[in-house]
Amino acid sequence: MAVVNYLTIPKHIFDEMIAHCKEAYPNEACGILAGKGNEVSKVYKMSNIEKSSVSYFMDSKEQFKVMKDMRENNLSMSAIFHSHPSSPAYPSAKDVSLAFYDDCVYVIVSLMEQEPVVKGFLIREGAIKEVRISVK
Amino acid sequence: MAVKVKIPTPLQRLTQGKEEVDGAPGTIINLVTELDKKFPGIAERISEGGKVRRFVNVYVNEEDIRFLQAEATVVKDGDEVSIVPAIAGGENAYSVKRYSEKRNILTL
Ligand SMILES: [Zn+2]
Repeated sequence: MAVVNYLTIPKHIFDEMIAHCKEAYPNEACGILAGKGNEVSKVYKMSNIEKSSVSYFMDSKEQFKVMKDMRENNLSMSAIFHSHPSSPAYPSAKDVSLAFYDDCVYVIVSLMEQEPVVKGFLIREGAIKEVRISVK
Repeated sequence: MAVKVKIPTPLQRLTQGKEEVDGAPGTIINLVTELDKKFPGIAERISEGGKVRRFVNVYVNEEDIRFLQAEATVVKDGDEVSIVPAIAGGENAYSVKRYSEKRNILTL
């Protein structure tokens, strides 16, 4: 497993991710950032079937389709993102216990302040490690 | 020919690194139980008390079993079953508090 200590996101994809989170506000939004390793090249805006301001559950049909699309396009799941409408950009206890993809960066978009705050984390066996995000 | 079962990365250490294994025809819950005989520990990761865990998605030929007959969905030779961890989470103030309380208990 490669050691990930950064995630590079093109500006237009970063902006699309934020827009998707703002659209879902005050509910949580979620999505997938795909690419090659740490270099993101595609965003998938997904549905949160829980339609809740405190939790998300990615639509399972969409998830299956996207995983197939990534395979067919030779992309990997670089990151999983979701928003925190009213809490900081840091994984909650629930986020940690449900982080099954330990080679993916978990990106959290906090909308609690005027300006969105975006942070990335690796979550492995309950341990949280921040990963630098660079927007290019 | 058997049922093809796709194993997600987090569970591949229970299948000796295999991404795809053979499964038994019958209901999904039977397939999971049978799988556990070859790969001990896998059933407990996928199901609990005869039900597929809430945060595990199981697909038969690309259809989520929640939209079929759930655990009672029947698969036959040649079908493809995919086991995929759900992508979920949330900011639950109550559980965060409980979690830290639990941690306090553990560190005392
Ligand atoms: Zn969260």
